[in-house]
Amino acid sequence: MKNENYMLIDNIPVPIEGEKNILEMVRKAGIELPTFCYYSELSVYGACRMCMVENKRGGMEASCSTPPRAGMEIYTNTPKLRKHRKMILELLLSNHCRDCNTCDKNGKCKLQELANRFDIHRVRFNNTSPDPLVDDSSPSITKDASKCILCGDCVRVCNEVQNVGAIDFAHRGSKMTVSCAFDTPIGESNCVGCGQCASVCPTGAIIIKDDSHLLWQELWNPDTNVVCQIAPAVRVAVAKEFGYKGENVMGKIVSSLKRLGFNYVFDTATGADMTVIEEANEFLDRIKKGENIPLFTSCCPAWVKYCENKYPELMPNVSTCRSPMQMYASVFKEKYKNDAKRLVSVAIMPCTAKKGEAKREEFMIDGKPIVDYVITTQELIKMIREAGICFSEIEPEAIDMPFGSISGAGVIFGVTGGVTEAVIRYISTDKSKSALKMIAYNGVRGLEGIKEFTVPFGESELKIACVSGLSNADAIIQRIQNGEHFDLVEVMACPNGCINGAGQPIAKNKERKKRSAELYNNDSMCTIKSSEENPLMDYIYKDIIKDKSHELLHVNYIK
Amino acid sequence: MFRLNDAVDINNARTTFKHSFDMQKKKVLICGGTGCVAGGSLRIYAEIIRLLEEAGVEVAVELKAETEHNDIDNIIGVKKSGCHGFCEMGPLVRIEPKGWLYTKVKFEDCAEIVEKSLIGEEFIERLAYKSNGVTFAKQEDIPFYAKQTRLVLEHCGHIDATSIKEYLAIGGYKAFQKALFEMSPEDVVNTITDSNLRGRGGGGFPAGRKWSQVAKQPEPIKYIVCNGDEGDPGAFMDRSIMEGDPHRMLEGMMIAGYATGAKEGYIYVRAEYPLAVERLKMAIAQAEECGLLGDNILGTEFSFKLHINRGAGAFVCGEGSALTASIEGKRGMPRVKPPRTVEHGLFEKPTVLNNVETFANVPLIVNNGSDWYKSIGPENSPGTKAFALTGKINNTGLIEIPMGKTLKEVIYDIGGGIRDGKEFKAVQIGGPSGGCLITKDLNLPLDFDSLKKVGAMIGSGGLVVMDEDTCMVEIARFFMNFTQNESCGKCVPCREGTKRMLEILERIVAGNGQDGDIDLLLELADTISSTALCGLGKTAPSPVVSTIKSFRDEYEAHVHDKRCPAGNCKKLVRYEIQADICKGCSACSRKCPVGAISGVIKSPFTIDTTKCIKCGACIQTCKFGAIKEV
Repeated sequence: MKNENYMLIDNIPVPIEGEKNILEMVRKAGIELPTFCYYSELSVYGACRMCMVENKRGGMEASCSTPPRAGMEIYTNTPKLRKHRKMILELLLSNHCRDCNTCDKNGKCKLQELANRFDIHRVRFNNTSPDPLVDDSSPSITKDASKCILCGDCVRVCNEVQNVGAIDFAHRGSKMTVSCAFDTPIGESNCVGCGQCASVCPTGAIIIKDDSHLLWQELWNPDTNVVCQIAPAVRVAVAKEFGYKGENVMGKIVSSLKRLGFNYVFDTATGADMTVIEEANEFLDRIKKGENIPLFTSCCPAWVKYCENKYPELMPNVSTCRSPMQMYASVFKEKYKNDAKRLVSVAIMPCTAKKGEAKREEFMIDGKPIVDYVITTQELIKMIREAGICFSEIEPEAIDMPFGSISGAGVIFGVTGGVTEAVIRYISTDKSKSALKMIAYNGVRGLEGIKEFTVPFGESELKIACVSGLSNADAIIQRIQNGEHFDLVEVMACPNGCINGAGQPIAKNKERKKRSAELYNNDSMCTIKSSEENPLMDYIYKDIIKDKSHELLHVNYIK
Repeated sequence: MFRLNDAVDINNARTTFKHSFDMQKKKVLICGGTGCVAGGSLRIYAEIIRLLEEAGVEVAVELKAETEHNDIDNIIGVKKSGCHGFCEMGPLVRIEPKGWLYTKVKFEDCAEIVEKSLIGEEFIERLAYKSNGVTFAKQEDIPFYAKQTRLVLEHCGHIDATSIKEYLAIGGYKAFQKALFEMSPEDVVNTITDSNLRGRGGGGFPAGRKWSQVAKQPEPIKYIVCNGDEGDPGAFMDRSIMEGDPHRMLEGMMIAGYATGAKEGYIYVRAEYPLAVERLKMAIAQAEECGLLGDNILGTEFSFKLHINRGAGAFVCGEGSALTASIEGKRGMPRVKPPRTVEHGLFEKPTVLNNVETFANVPLIVNNGSDWYKSIGPENSPGTKAFALTGKINNTGLIEIPMGKTLKEVIYDIGGGIRDGKEFKAVQIGGPSGGCLITKDLNLPLDFDSLKKVGAMIGSGGLVVMDEDTCMVEIARFFMNFTQNESCGKCVPCREGTKRMLEILERIVAGNGQDGDIDLLLELADTISSTALCGLGKTAPSPVVSTIKSFRDEYEAHVHDKRCPAGNCKKLVRYEIQADICKGCSACSRKCPVGAISGVIKSPFTIDTTKCIKCGACIQTCKFGAIKEV
C-alpha cells in the first residue's frame, strides 16, 4: 500500500486517509462508537463524551475531536471506557423522562438504544426527570424539554446548516435548556418550521407535530369527501420503512390510502406542473421587463418564511406562485365546491414547514384553510401501520381520475434542482431528447448545497443557482447583495431538497442519494417530460381555473 | 498631559517624574484596595486631604514640577495606593519616609494622624500593628511582610495606583522600552522561554512556549488576551494587581504584543471587580494619551491597542476557549481542542492567553534577565507566587513568596498561625479545582510540581485555611456546590455528574448518607475527571477526592454513625441534657419554642430530638451549662 500513514485501533492497523477525527477512523475499522452529538455535517461539539477512546497510556480522548496521527494506538472497548460510558448513560437517564412506551421516539431513540446496548438496568441516582415541559406553539414541531439531553444537535443544525438561529442554549450547568431568545414559544420565534432540528434530535425532545389523530376522524366521517395529494418526495421514502429497497412505491401508497378511507388520491406532481407553467411565465415576464431579477422560487415554505424574516427587502423577488401543494389544493376547492359532502383537503408531504404554510392567513378562505391537514411521510407510515395494512401484500393502484396524469418535470420537484430543471424544460424551445439531456447535465442535478450554472437563452444566457440548506441561500444572497448577478435562484430549505425533508424517515447520505436517483428514474419512465405537455393542464386551466388563475394560483406575501 | 514621541521623551519624563516623586519626601499612602475601600478608606483619604489643607499644608496628590509648588520643603504627598495585602488589618495607612504602617484606621483617627504623624513627626502607637506584645512601627518589620518576597506586588501600596507618572517615576515601562529598542521580538520570546515563567492561572504552562507558538503563526492578525476573570472563591491576587499596579500588567501585555507580533489586546475582567475595571480604564487612557498605546509607539513601527471586556461572572469563562468565546459575544462555553488557542484563539486568530499575574511578571524578567528570575525559587517553578490567604488564620490577606516555600512558613510565619489557638486541620489550595493539604503536607514546598504530586494544584493561588472545627465533608459540599453552579452545562459528565455528586454530599451532611455513597462519589469522580471536556469539569471532583483520601473517617462517621466529628453539620448535631449537671430548674423547657424539652422539676430534664429544631435557645438559657451539642 502506498499509504504508510497508519494508526492502531484495537491493535488493528487502519490507514489514515484524510479523516478529520478518530471517530471516523474507528467507524472505518468497522466499529460503531456510541455518540449523541456527532454529525459529520455539523461542527464538532464534543459534549456527550460517549465516543471517548483510551490511548495506550490509559488516557481518555474524545474521538470526535481528536485528529488521527500516524502511529497512534487507541482502544475502543476497555474496562475503563465501559465504566465511563455506563456512568454517562446512567447520569443522562437519571434526569430523563422514562416513559419510553408512550414516547413518540420509542424504538428510534438513541438514548434508549444506547442504554440497551450498554446494558443499563439500574440507575443509582435519584430520579429527577422533570415533568413534561411541552412547547407546541409551532405548527411544525413540538418540543419537550424534559426529554432533552442537551447534545446541542438541534442548536447546531438550526445555526450552522439553516442559519436560522431560532434556538440556542440558555442558563448554565444543570439548569441549561435549549430555548428561543427570551424564552419565547417556538411558534412566536423566527423558527421557519423546517424541522431539521427534529431530524437530528436523538431523543423525543423535538418531534414533528402529529396531526394524524384529527385526520382519522375525518376519514371515518361519512359526510366528508377526503381528497389527498402526495408530494413527489414521499414515494421514494416509504419503501425502506416496510423492508423494501429504496424504490418508488407510489402505487402501493395510493392503494394504502384508499384502504385508509381517502375518497380521492392525487399526485402533487400535477400541482407542480401548474407551478412550472406559472413560474416560468412569471420568470419570462420579469426577464422581459427587467424587473425583480433574480427570481427566487417560492415552493419551499420554510425558505419563504426565512426570507420574510431575514430579507424582507427581497420579498418582491420571490415568485408570487403558490407552492404546488397550495395550487393543487386551490384547484380541488374549485373543482369540488358544489359537492354535497364537505371537502377535506389533505396533503401528504415530506415537509414540516408545509404544516405551517397551510395555516398561513394567505391560504385561508373565510377563516378556513385551503389545505385542512398536512400529514408527513412519517405520519403516513404510522397510519398505514396502525391500520394493519400489509404493505408487501397490497396491489399498487393508479392515482384517481380526473387528475390521473403527471409529467416527469413535476416528479423531480422532490430533489434540489428539480424545480429549475422543470422550468428550463418549459422555456426551452428545443424539446428533443438530446436537448433534455443537455439540460439535465448542465449542472442542475446533484446533491451539492450550491449549484451554479448558465443556460443559453436566445442570444444571451441565464445565470442560475440552485441551493439547498438555508445557510447556502444566505451565502448566495450575500453575493447578490455584493453585486453579483443571478437570473433565477431556486431555494430549498432542507439540505438536498424535499427528499431529505424533516417529515421523511431520517436518512443518511447514502439513502438520500438513493431517493434522488429514484426520482430521476421515475422521471425517465414518464412519457410526458415537460409540464405543459401534461394533457391535464388543458382541462385544469380551461374547465376549472378558467379566468381565476391569479386568484387561485398566486399569492401576495408582501403586506 | 505629556506626550512621549520617542525614547528620549520617555527617558526625560522618567527623570522629571522621579524628581517630583522624590520631592514629596513626606507622604501618606492610604490603601485603595477593595477591602480597605469597603472599610472606609476613601473617606479617610478625603478627610486627610481636608485636614491637611485646613492646617495650611500644601497637599500633593499628583506629581508636579518643582515650580508648581509653593514651598517644596513643606509639601505632603497624599496617595490612594493599591492593596497593601494585609487586608485583615485594614484600612491601612502608610506614612513615608518613616515606613510606619497604621492599621484598622478609622475616620476619627484622621485628625490625630495629620496632627502627630504628618505635620509632626510623632508615632502613634495605638494604631500600630501588635503581635505577641511587640509593637511594630515599620511596615517592613511586621512578620507578615518581613517573610514575604514582594516582586510582582512591589508597587502595591507604595505608589499611587492611578498615576502613570508615578509608575514612570519608579522606572515603569523601562522593560517595554528595553524590549522595543534593544531586543528583537525573538530575543524577548527567548528571554521569557529561558526564564521558565509558568502561567500563574493554574495550569502552570510555560508562558514562553505559548508566546513562541503564537509568534511562529504566519497569520498577520494576532491577539494578546489577559485573563482577569479570577473566579475562585477566596482568591483576589489578580484583582489586587489590576487595582494596585495596572500599568505593570499593561506593560507585560505590550511586551507580549511586541514579542509575538500582535497589535491588539483584550483584558477580560470580572464585572464584580468594578475598581479594577476603573483603574485599568484609567491606566489605558493615560497610556493612550501619552502615546504608550496606539500607533507607532515611541516613534517605532510597533502599534498596540488594548480593550477591556467585562465578564458577567461565570467561573467557566476563566477557561481559555470559553473566555475568548465570551469576548466574541458568544455563550461562554469551552470548545473542544484542537485547535488550540495559540492557533485559533480569539476571533479564530492566534492568541496569547495569560493571566494577570503572569503578565505582571514579564517586565521584571525583561528588566533583570532570565538568569536573575531563575535564581528565585526552585528550578522548575521559578519566580514568586501571590497567594490569597483566607479562612481560619490570624493574618488574612494577600501575600507573595518565592515558589518552593513550605506551607508551614506560609501558615505560621506569614499567616501568624491558626485563629484562637486552634489546631490546624487542612488548607484548600487551588480553589474549587484544587485539593486539600493536611498536617503531613506542611513541609511540602509550594510549587507547581510538588503540589501536582500530592493531587493538589496551585491554581490561581487561593489558600483557604481550616481548623479543627471545620467539617471536611461540608467543605467538599461547599466546593461541589460552587462547581455545580458554575458548570456551563455543555458536557454530560460535568453537568450531570457534579449535580449528582452534590446531591450525594448534601444527603451525607444532612445525615441521610447511604451505604456505598462514598464509593459512588469516587466512581463519579473518576468518570468526571476522566471524561469531562474542560479543566473545570476535569478538576471539579478534586476537593471531594482529596478530602475522602485524607478524611475518609469523617465521611464514614457522617454516613454510618450519622455524626459530624467536627460538630459542624447542623443536621447531625444532637442536643443533650447532661443528667449529672441538670438541676431540673425547667428554664430550658420554658424557653424551648417547640416544646421539645420536658421533665419533672428538680429531676434531670430530657430533650425529644424528634421535636428539637436545634435553635440553641436552651443552651443559652441554661445557667449550669448542662446542655451540650453532641
